[in-house]
Amino acid sequence: MPLLPFLRPLLGFAAAFCFATLAAHAESPRVAIAKAIVTEDADEQVKLVGSLTGSTDATVHDLLTAWKEGGTFICTAPSGLLDAPEGSKLAVQLSGPKDADGKQAATRIDTGESLKNADGSAARLLCTDLDAADTSSDLRVVMHSVLELFAIASPDPHTRFNAISQMGLSQDPAQLPVLLARQSIETDSAVKRALREAIAQIQLKSSDSAVQIHAAQELGVLRSLSSRDALLQLATDSDVAAPTVAKAAHAALRLIEQHLSVVNFYGTLFRGLSLGSVLLVVAIGLAITFGLMGVINMAHGELIAVGAYATYLVQNIFGAGVELSPLGYPIHFRGFNAGAAAYDWYFVVALPIAFISAAIVGLILERCVIRFLYRRPLESLLATWGMSLVLQQLFRLVFGANNVQVYSPRWLSGNWTVFDVILGWNRVFVIGFAALIIAGTWLLLNKTPLGLLIRAVMQNRNMAACVGVRTERVNMLTFAFGSGLAGLAGAFLSQIGNVGPILGQDYIVGAFMTVVVGGVGSLAGTVLSALAIGISDQSLQQILLNPVLGKILVLTAIILFLQWKPAGLFVTRSRSLES
Amino acid sequence: MNCVFSKREWLLLALSVVLLVFVLPALSVTGILPDYLLALFGKYLCYSVLAISVDLLWGYTGLLSLGQSVFFSLGGYMLGMNLMLMIGKLGSYARDGKNPNLLPDFMVFLGHTFLPWFWRPFHSVGFAAAMVILLPCLLALCFGFLAFRSRIKGVYFSILTQALTYAVSLMFFRNDLLMGGNNGFTDFKTILGCDVHAASTKRALFICTSILLLSVFAGCRWLTRTKFGLVQRAIRDSETRVLFSGYAAANYKLLIFVGCAAIAAIGGALYVPQVGIINPSEMTTERSLEAVVWCAVGGRGTLLGPILGAILVNALKSWATQKFPDQWLIFLGSVFIFVVLLMPKGIVGLPSQLKSIWASSRNRAEDGASASSQALPPPEKIEGAKA
Repeated sequence: MPLLPFLRPLLGFAAAFCFATLAAHAESPRVAIAKAIVTEDADEQVKLVGSLTGSTDATVHDLLTAWKEGGTFICTAPSGLLDAPEGSKLAVQLSGPKDADGKQAATRIDTGESLKNADGSAARLLCTDLDAADTSSDLRVVMHSVLELFAIASPDPHTRFNAISQMGLSQDPAQLPVLLARQSIETDSAVKRALREAIAQIQLKSSDSAVQIHAAQELGVLRSLSSRDALLQLATDSDVAAPTVAKAAHAALRLIEQHLSVVNFYGTLFRGLSLGSVLLVVAIGLAITFGLMGVINMAHGELIAVGAYATYLVQNIFGAGVELSPLGYPIHFRGFNAGAAAYDWYFVVALPIAFISAAIVGLILERCVIRFLYRRPLESLLATWGMSLVLQQLFRLVFGANNVQVYSPRWLSGNWTVFDVILGWNRVFVIGFAALIIAGTWLLLNKTPLGLLIRAVMQNRNMAACVGVRTERVNMLTFAFGSGLAGLAGAFLSQIGNVGPILGQDYIVGAFMTVVVGGVGSLAGTVLSALAIGISDQSLQQILLNPVLGKILVLTAIILFLQWKPAGLFVTRSRSLES
Repeated sequence: MNCVFSKREWLLLALSVVLLVFVLPALSVTGILPDYLLALFGKYLCYSVLAISVDLLWGYTGLLSLGQSVFFSLGGYMLGMNLMLMIGKLGSYARDGKNPNLLPDFMVFLGHTFLPWFWRPFHSVGFAAAMVILLPCLLALCFGFLAFRSRIKGVYFSILTQALTYAVSLMFFRNDLLMGGNNGFTDFKTILGCDVHAASTKRALFICTSILLLSVFAGCRWLTRTKFGLVQRAIRDSETRVLFSGYAAANYKLLIFVGCAAIAAIGGALYVPQVGIINPSEMTTERSLEAVVWCAVGGRGTLLGPILGAILVNALKSWATQKFPDQWLIFLGSVFIFVVLLMPKGIVGLPSQLKSIWASSRNRAEDGASASSQALPPPEKIEGAKA
């Protein structure tokens, strides 16, 4: 028990305490807690609970928490109980549903088994017949420190980390010995760092100015963002009384501020990258249909929404099913009611389905409308806008005018903190996914026979037709592919925003801008411009602290940029006079 | 060129002047025409002016601008500022005595106590009227100068104007622009000292709108018949050749773009007092595209087409949004696809299109099986404008 020497002054007990703890510790924690609950002697209670200090047994945590919250009871045993003479006192917990008389099943705390009658059947007790186990204020202090120590001794480094950070923020000097004790045995590097931080934070409250200065320096070295307030407080408090301390605090604050601006910079960069990736995912489909085929597809946003709604349907089919009633005809999709683990994987299934459904819708549009308009780009803009109106209204009729709820799977909803920069998993996923899509599209266009045909038709339709390429079919497939990419984007946007009938409208202007700035027909240009627009949007937001103004400035910047490079970043050279 | 209107056209024009300026208002005075219908017609006429401005750009110059709704609403906003200031003591805050400086209500709501500097001159109607034209023209001039100088044309121009529209509407949606934010301007009380809700004021506004529409129509008719109009159409059909012939195509385009902004803005300025509200949702891309639909339905590249289209589509909209609110958008979208695919010349071009179908089917009947593929004219062949 290496912790004990430190705990002794903390808990303020007599030397006899040691013997008591050693003696008590021979018993199992359950027995000790049961004894402590039942005994009338407050000192004895404190001793018994204190004896559990440093235990890593999970039952200690559960039982003490229950006790603190009034969930344990003292039962004076009635006659006829197994292993309990009549009139003896038992510590019990009640659990399970109440029956008609309000009685519940009981668990004996000392054995952890359910309370039984002599004949072996489960005994049931009435809550109001029992005395809730009380806690004195001394006892609560002991319990609290046992519980906190329990947390910082937890085998899970994450729990330890949180508990230690919490202790540091509370700046309670009483907890210093515990932390110091832990520091000597801690092995996990992140937790070690948290320990140093917490100890220094507590030491800021020390009465010794040398300790304070050392603590402030330590916090500065650690670039501890969470101690900014404490340091500021220290700097103002000791401004007159102890100028050296104030100086140290200011120095530490300067270091922390520097670090903060670095963190903000990388945070902005990351958010910009992820916004750029979203733009990229949205625009890549457009780069195919607009960039390569020259079709201004105003319905691109609705193809995105098709993908998002497909994700919604897949999610519900994995779950409890969904009722739709387009035009008053009810359609019922039965759900699989998949368990939590399987449910989390619905998104993986939704991705191909979103791609295929949007591709099919795109195929229909191409066959019915767009193929007549390849030589009239302005008119394809108008006709596709008509289609977008129709599709939007169809969404409203089928799925309702309100947003539908799409839940992120658990593996997409966490955070990842690297050097104080918080990276949301979904955003990391967006970036990775965008990279995958780009790689896939590049491979398709440059390394497959279909890609060869697509490029041939886009460069010179007539010549391609002359050498025997079935241009109609290539057009059809290209458009379907571009639409499918829009569907993927939709599956994706469903994870980071609302899914509603006008989902696509929010992104369509940005997507067109991305393609135009990148240079029509150039994949590399689209990638570069998406990232540039995303990052400049986020940085302007960070600087101006106003998202709308940032957006307006970006749009203005784009208009000015096109002055400088009217054909975008990457120009596709052509000998024809009018492209 | 020296004969802008034929005799028959003069007659038609005179007839429509009589109808719009005298007959309809007179019917409204006698009570045969309900007031709300007259206001509705007034709204349609404003839309017609907007449609003409779209058509002059798209149908005649080949510039599909998705920013006309911005100029339309900017004009409306400029006059709206004057109307807001004219509310004065009649505003709800002023009546409670909480508005000593007679600010528009939304500013009091936002916690302002003094009128911002750029609002002050709008106390004068003359200044507001000048700004109705000047501000949209200035915006069009700056944007057009940049766009045409770098030879942005065709679909790129459309996309860029779409971005302009998006940016301006975002700006007007903000409260700190002090232009009413989301709700825009509404609750107008008086215009030039007359009650805006009075029937006589509405009639006067209707007559003004009619006069505006007719003079815009006549002016554009004249413009398109001059050499300027010829160059305009040449730019539409082949800008490169116009450049090679020594014309500064960019200047022509800039002039027409600014002119169309002014036309749209005046239309917008008359629209606001008749409808009684202006907010940023009027300046979205969808609004511009709707105006393009009117042109397409009516027949672009003509001046009668946009007017017909604006009135017909809007009348249809007023009826259908009440009768079939759910299906209306599907219907509008389908009409649009249909018109673009099968009626590239719109309603105005329908007779000639039918005639050619009739002629070709008769030819086929005469020639027997030789011309089997010409039943429907492929749309590419009857196209008017090309980007």
